[in-house]
Amino acid sequence: MLKDIGKTLIGLWSLIIGLKITGKEFFKPWLTVHYPRQEVKNLNTYRGHIELTGQETDPWKPKCVMCGKCAEICPSGCIHIEFHIAGEDDSSQTEKILIGVGVEIPFSGKKFVPAAKIERELDIFNLNYNLCSLCGLCVQNCPVDAIKFSKDVYLAGRSRQDFEYDLLARLKGQG
Amino acid sequence: MKPNESKFELNGDYYSTRFEPSGSETGDTLILNMGPQHPSTHGVLRIIVELDGEYIKKAEPVLGYIHRMHEKMGEVKTYMQYLPNMGRVDYLHALAWNWAYVGAVEKLTGIEVPQRAEYIRVITCELNRICSHLLWWGAYLLDLGAFTPILYAFVDREKIMDILQIVTGSRLTYCYYRFGGVSADITDEFINQTKEFLTYFKTRIPMYHDLVTGNMILRGRCEDIGVLSVETAKQYGATGPVLRGSGIAYDVRKVEPYSVYDKFDFKIPVGQNGDAMDRYDVRVAEMTESLKIIEQALESLPDGHYINPNLPDRIMPPKGEVYYAVEGARGKIGIYIISDGTAKPYRLKLRAPGFSNLHLFAELSQGTLLSDAVSILGSLDLVIPEIDR
Repeated sequence: MLKDIGKTLIGLWSLIIGLKITGKEFFKPWLTVHYPRQEVKNLNTYRGHIELTGQETDPWKPKCVMCGKCAEICPSGCIHIEFHIAGEDDSSQTEKILIGVGVEIPFSGKKFVPAAKIERELDIFNLNYNLCSLCGLCVQNCPVDAIKFSKDVYLAGRSRQDFEYDLLARLKGQG
Repeated sequence: MKPNESKFELNGDYYSTRFEPSGSETGDTLILNMGPQHPSTHGVLRIIVELDGEYIKKAEPVLGYIHRMHEKMGEVKTYMQYLPNMGRVDYLHALAWNWAYVGAVEKLTGIEVPQRAEYIRVITCELNRICSHLLWWGAYLLDLGAFTPILYAFVDREKIMDILQIVTGSRLTYCYYRFGGVSADITDEFINQTKEFLTYFKTRIPMYHDLVTGNMILRGRCEDIGVLSVETAKQYGATGPVLRGSGIAYDVRKVEPYSVYDKFDFKIPVGQNGDAMDRYDVRVAEMTESLKIIEQALESLPDGHYINPNLPDRIMPPKGEVYYAVEGARGKIGIYIISDGTAKPYRLKLRAPGFSNLHLFAELSQGTLLSDAVSILGSLDLVIPEIDR
């Protein structure tokens, strides 16, 4: 009998301790942010969809050497690259080489070396963000650091096409 | 009707046919579906229960609602391409799955991992473990009817996710480990924030104990509920805190140390009775142990490469098979790979600890009250995507 009363009292005391903590927290400052008026501080570490980087001399020209390593390693096949050999008519469809998953591009050793000295020009660098799983393998695998992560946190769209990015146009349209 | 054509059942589907209302002696039992949409099941788990009044006579979990063919996907993707899948098997302790997979491939291919990378892996994986236990802690208490604790848990969980975001770039489905190291080096910001978090979190754990552990209502809902004997646990292949709650100190980090875990001094918390309260205690104590590991790892963090600089261009393991196990927040995570010498695995098997732990539920819930079954289910810490894979 006495044991039961003691047990109940200890139990009730545990509830009071709990209430004390909640009471203390009640008077502490807010920990959440009011989103449209405020933002969290660490958006700069967010790793969004990929973006092309420009050359140092000409920021509107992509660093990309069109080796296709990014498209090859991508687990979901969301990168699509097309290019043509410089100096030749880029409207001729036969000259265009399509690089997809599984197509071998000649390179020797660790560093990428273009087969002979052929100047290439990038025509299309498309990203289908609908399929992307943000693993970052393409960025890590790029031999010339031509891809970077964007800091685009607030993405919203009305259709699937809104997330099919033309990265070349984005590079040319920046700044 | 063709043999493999399923028949439309007015009273339920194939799984419920194993529950015949007329099968019981008195015939007044009630067959009830818990899930796939139910507030007490975490995710899309469905449990069919046969109730006699409020008591459970029989329970059977039904799986497969979130099956995504992760194992099959492994056979059609190259070793590298399969990496992001690992963050999605168990999204709460994604880094442990990352580790199990890269560890298996490294073992098979013979890739060396620099010491610094091993330490980074330990730090991030343990942070992720605390993160996972915190979510379990909050969600379990939410199941039991206490709403406030999950808010406290999320305050701390946010801090961990902020820290991990600095190096991984994401907050939940991490894809951070690479063959031969990690994808990015840790920064001073990461180290400072982690140290801050360590001192901060040490003050939070006593608060958690005051707020919840001593609470008479929680004790009433957990003590002597779902008592798991060692024999049953062994029969079902239970691992992790579920097994340790029953008093067996089986932790892969200790019994078969992988990476650099043998260099750290930490204890394996165990329970005595194997009830839900013991499993609760084990997990909360594990958070403290993880803090200790992180502290030691940060102190002795060596310099050097964060990823092996001499990696092959293509990961092409030789013919053979490999098994690699790590300790996840829910138990032993195992990856079994058979390689035929090509760029893709021939077969890939994922051993999910939740799968074994879930099936204990059918045994543990027999004869208990329905409300106690919710407590048992929560105490097993199930992540359904991991179970269904």
